[in-house]
Amino acid sequence: MRPDIEQALCLREDLTASVLEGFLRDEVRKVGFERVVFGLSGGIDSALSAYLATRALGREQVHAVLMPYRSSSPSSLADAMEVVRDLNIPHTVVEITGPIDAYFEQMDKLLGKQASPLRRGNRMARERMVTLYDLSAAMNALVVGTSNKTELLLGYGTQFGDMASAINPIGDLYKCQVRQLSAYVGVPQSILNKAPSADLWADQTDEKELGFTYDDADEILYQWVDLRLSPDEIVERGYDESLVRHIVQRVQRNQYKRKPPIIAKLSGRTIGIDFRYLRDWGH
Amino acid sequence: MASDIQRVAIAQIAPKLGDLGANLERHHEYIREASAQGAQLIVFPELGLTGYQTQDLTLEVARSATSPEIQSIVDQSREIDVLFSFVEETQDHLFYVTALYASQGKVVHKHRKVYLPTYGMFDERRYFAPGDRFDAYASSLGTAGILICEDAWHLSAPYLLAMQQATLLLVPASSPWRNTMAAAEFGSHAFWRHLLQMYAQLLGVHIVFANRVGYEDGVHFYGGSGVVAPNGSWLVEAATGESELVVAEIDRRLTRRMRYTTPLVRDERVHLVASQLHALLQRGDFRAPGH
Repeated sequence: MRPDIEQALCLREDLTASVLEGFLRDEVRKVGFERVVFGLSGGIDSALSAYLATRALGREQVHAVLMPYRSSSPSSLADAMEVVRDLNIPHTVVEITGPIDAYFEQMDKLLGKQASPLRRGNRMARERMVTLYDLSAAMNALVVGTSNKTELLLGYGTQFGDMASAINPIGDLYKCQVRQLSAYVGVPQSILNKAPSADLWADQTDEKELGFTYDDADEILYQWVDLRLSPDEIVERGYDESLVRHIVQRVQRNQYKRKPPIIAKLSGRTIGIDFRYLRDWGH
Repeated sequence: MASDIQRVAIAQIAPKLGDLGANLERHHEYIREASAQGAQLIVFPELGLTGYQTQDLTLEVARSATSPEIQSIVDQSREIDVLFSFVEETQDHLFYVTALYASQGKVVHKHRKVYLPTYGMFDERRYFAPGDRFDAYASSLGTAGILICEDAWHLSAPYLLAMQQATLLLVPASSPWRNTMAAAEFGSHAFWRHLLQMYAQLLGVHIVFANRVGYEDGVHFYGGSGVVAPNGSWLVEAATGESELVVAEIDRRLTRRMRYTTPLVRDERVHLVASQLHALLQRGDFRAPGH
């Protein structure tokens, strides 16, 4: 990453942590909850959310849910358990192999073909979401999101799956900022150092699947989204043109994942268009 | 003649969005507390009675300046001067972001926010009508003027108040946190600090900055309220992010010394400014920005 961009993206760690912890306390308690629940994958994003939530609410008020599939890497579960031990937080391990395999056994028969890795990955992400929202009701706890700004912009996530949550403390942090803040709050080294992976199939890594590095993505996204440079201006600065275009297109194509469903306007006042209230309305 | 040293309180509160009743109660509490601490004035943040992003709640939370809720605070100003802010609805049903200065049980001055930010994360002009003037007024703390948040980001506004002999600028605000990057020295907070320090020194005034705290749908209002003296120093600073009441002692003798030492206001050429602006407006090819 270029030194000037790296410096521009460098967080004031203490302030960022305190704003995010305040955010969690305020937005959780305002709507009448005390507790939160979240999926803990063994990756850096959910680890950071876990540390922030624990710092904000206290260890008794958070609940980590580990949801391995049979092909999940054993090191993922081990890394997640290290977070659980380090924070000394309550946790539940919920195997999702049973429901996933049962589903595809039936669906593959119905469709007469084997599901693609993409469909299987999406189904796993949604199975985890369904589990978290069930535990949300069981434990009277809000679901905390674990998607960062880079993946939200790239649309590198499953709609109504890992992208679903009630509140997301890390959604305005680029991946490099997630790494910086994670080191600050004490996320274990093994998690800080490993290659990011959705772990939906063996040997998957995000960067291999995306075809570019998170550093490249952060650098280009920051200049386009935050600094409002045009793609042409970014290319002028010496970035690879096809990469810039590819990333910009990806963001545009995935805008739908970041929005609630659109509603056909018929009346004078339509939800999502001119019925304007914050979600905090009434709280 | 007012005494040289005066105590000013700032209520750095987290208003509850759309809950006039709860916010009124908090105002009453803080006013009592400031009064007990011997303050002569308490300043509340912008839209302290309603919360900031009222959006379509505007229609519900708007009150006339003579409504019983507003009057209940004006009544409390028998003990201590109070500057507070709410959504004002006029008889012809326009909605303003308004601040009232009340003293001795009466409204002494009303300011309607002139500059309504409608860009980026802000959407004020969608809901509110803009005020159309900056008037200084006599208060028990000397000649004062009010700038509501974005008003203070326009150079001409504090200038106009200073030219009307204001020595005290009161700035109720709902300023959100933007940019926690290290290089930006935490963004909006740093900008406000530089701005107010510079105004205080250029115009030889005390400035009371009352910014709210709390969160609205993930938007963080950072607080950082305080009082800046005419030499650019902070007499008191509230913590960032926490509700609190802070009190500062303003010494008008400092204004006197600063204005004598660096007489920028004295040397200001109001006629020159007025005639050049007038000439500019007369020019056939002149297009005022934004109009």
